[in-house]
Amino acid sequence: MTTRSTITALVENRPGVLNRVVSIFRRPGLNLDSLTVGRTDRSEISRMTMVLEGTKADAQHVMRELNRLIHVITVEEMNGTPYVTRDLALIKVGATVENKSEILQMCGHYRARIVDAAAASILIEVVGEEPEIEGLVGLLEPFGIIEMVRAGVVAMARAEHVLDTHCESSSWAEQRRSLSKAS
Amino acid sequence: MQLTGAEIVWECLIREGVDLVFGYPGGAILPTYDTLSSYPQIHHVLTRHEQGATHMADGYARATGKVGVAMATSGPGATNLVTGLATAMLDSSPMVCITGQVPTSVIGHNAFQEADITGVTLPITKHNYLVTSVEELAFCIREAFYIARSGRPGPVLIDLPKDVQIATTEFHYPTDEIRLPGYRPVPEAPEDKIERARALIRSAERPVILAGRGVLLSGAMDELRTFAESTETPVGLTLLGKGCFPEDHPLCLGMMGMHGAGEANHAVQEADLLLAFGMRFDDRVTGNLATYAPKARKVHIDIDPSEIDKNVEVEVGIAGDLKATLQEMMQGLEPIEHSDWIKRIARWRDESEDRELLNQVLQSPELKAAEVVHDLWTLTGGKAITVTDVGQHQMWVAQYYAHSPEHALITSGGMGTMGFGLPGGIGAAMGRPDDEIWVVAGDGGFQMTLAELATAVQEKVKVNIALVNNGYLGMVRQWQELFYEKRYNATPMVSPDFCALAAAYGIPAVRVTERDQIEDAVRQAQAHLDGPFLIEFVVEQHDVVFPMVPAGSDLHDMIRRPRENSPSEKEIQP
Ligand SMILES: Cc1ncc(C[n+]2csc(CCOP(=O)(O)OP(=O)(O)O)c2C)c(N)n1
Ligand SMILES: [Mg+2]
Repeated sequence: MTTRSTITALVENRPGVLNRVVSIFRRPGLNLDSLTVGRTDRSEISRMTMVLEGTKADAQHVMRELNRLIHVITVEEMNGTPYVTRDLALIKVGATVENKSEILQMCGHYRARIVDAAAASILIEVVGEEPEIEGLVGLLEPFGIIEMVRAGVVAMARAEHVLDTHCESSSWAEQRRSLSKAS
Repeated sequence: MQLTGAEIVWECLIREGVDLVFGYPGGAILPTYDTLSSYPQIHHVLTRHEQGATHMADGYARATGKVGVAMATSGPGATNLVTGLATAMLDSSPMVCITGQVPTSVIGHNAFQEADITGVTLPITKHNYLVTSVEELAFCIREAFYIARSGRPGPVLIDLPKDVQIATTEFHYPTDEIRLPGYRPVPEAPEDKIERARALIRSAERPVILAGRGVLLSGAMDELRTFAESTETPVGLTLLGKGCFPEDHPLCLGMMGMHGAGEANHAVQEADLLLAFGMRFDDRVTGNLATYAPKARKVHIDIDPSEIDKNVEVEVGIAGDLKATLQEMMQGLEPIEHSDWIKRIARWRDESEDRELLNQVLQSPELKAAEVVHDLWTLTGGKAITVTDVGQHQMWVAQYYAHSPEHALITSGGMGTMGFGLPGGIGAAMGRPDDEIWVVAGDGGFQMTLAELATAVQEKVKVNIALVNNGYLGMVRQWQELFYEKRYNATPMVSPDFCALAAAYGIPAVRVTERDQIEDAVRQAQAHLDGPFLIEFVVEQHDVVFPMVPAGSDLHDMIRRPRENSPSEKEIQP
């Protein structure tokens, strides 16, 4: 039975890491439905959120293999603990004088913002959980979506639960970092 | 001290304790080769193919426990390493490969002899590096050795662009303790899980230990033996575990799995507790997972946490170093007896003995590969290091050569790489020059890497080669015989006159066609001390390795050797 699993990971911020991570999904032919990577409060560590469409066994396989990668510091599947997810979409829809106010009203329900308005289109930014974004997209479709982009899902556990960095900084890691910066 | 990247390579290798490098030069690695003569501490072995270099480094690593080193140029040199890296990866063999690469300024431009070797080898190395500045070179090399040998060992590749080899920097060897944020090579076995394992062990009536290569890698041979004896638990071996437990020990069940001993497979299927020590439940060991050891609870100890619950779900999974974990587990574990269980196993063993080829009065006069291996075992006193190729002969070595901790089996198990034998044996012989080395290869696999005969001659490597010539890709022929209605497509094989071939390399060789010629041939080989010696054993062509569990079948569902000719049944006849 396929489900969606949300996996978060802390990884070293260096060349090639993304390739190594993505290869874990590619090898058994799994589909990464969403993938985001960005910096954390520590410049040497990036945080990834991966949404996998697959079976429970697929998710377990991915977790095991990700843990083996030297550059992956921590991996966690977001289940058990309550967590927050957010996606962001920019949606450009065709707009006429007649339907503009209707579109604006819908945006209001979804706390979406108009970030650009032109003669024949408006550009809408919406932030929320995936179902919310999909809800708004569904409502906007009849007006004609000209183009759309999504940032991908980011996730974080609620309350005290944090992704453990495990890594007190070592002199070895410090030296390595200063060298790769120099190059 | 200002040094070039090329010089830093050798300086670092020396500091990592390397004195032997297997390799093959070419344009992109030439600056490094150019400085080789300044480092007499390093002996470079010119192989005849880069694949040979990797198998030699691998065989060296398996025989010595040290990291094997191979070197190659960019492009085709680097891609020739692929099979050897994958072989080392699947068998957890520590290896560092250094490849030349085109200059950093043209990487990605399809420059002459450019191959994206870090991309290619990503899934078949434990880790790999593209070194983009000479300043980080020493760090990369030290890390590479650390990663290759720590935790669960494996191969690491360092890709070294030509301009980085030429550039200079102030060299100082980093000696700080290596700590990598995402790498915890030796997990700490949690005490509560060890206690749960103890409880299962205390309550078990039919326990079996499954011992794998992890026992050898962890150096837990004494602990395994003490544990097995004090809990009266029989020990089944994986192919790569052969040697971790003495095979003449009454508790030894022999090898398990597809070509395992009947008693080993039956014991696993009837067990109420499996104790998996440093093994990974490979499909060649388990057969059909759905019916595998159905009555058993399972305890799995492995240094690699990703192996726990991967193929077989277990009641207690312990990620940790086996030696330390067993030591701790045995504290607080009182001696246990299982005499009924041992008696039951003895009956399975009797059946195996009854069906045993060597106990039968044979109809055909042709030499059997099993006889060859058995006699090799007796003539070497079990004290040779056996290095095999892949196929039927490999399984016969596993079945008929009893291994021990000092003389464990060296073979490509996980990858089943034909062509491993000869170069693997050369590497092992160079790592342990005082030991007797026997390469056992088939006529097929031998021809995949036989060019390395010249390497053995050039290096005067004392390696004995037992070539088991059955005129077929025998193992594939066996599958065709049993499962493909004897359609022998693409398995009969014409070979050169192997003795004449050996002579062309200046290697003495003899051909053996009958059993009573074996001893003399082996003694000749043993007496020949300066360089390789080859014996061609011409054996029965249509022999089959028994028992056999067909791929995907239940482990107890073995095709056994027919027993019509056994002496016991003969006696009954008038
Ligand atoms: C590189 C490679 N190619 C193909 C195979 C598939 N294969 C496994 S055993 C075997 C036959 C080996 O024949 P030979 O070396 O003569 O040994 P024998 O089985 O006859 O003892 C083959 C082709 C393999 N394991 N490795
Ligand atoms: Mg053959």
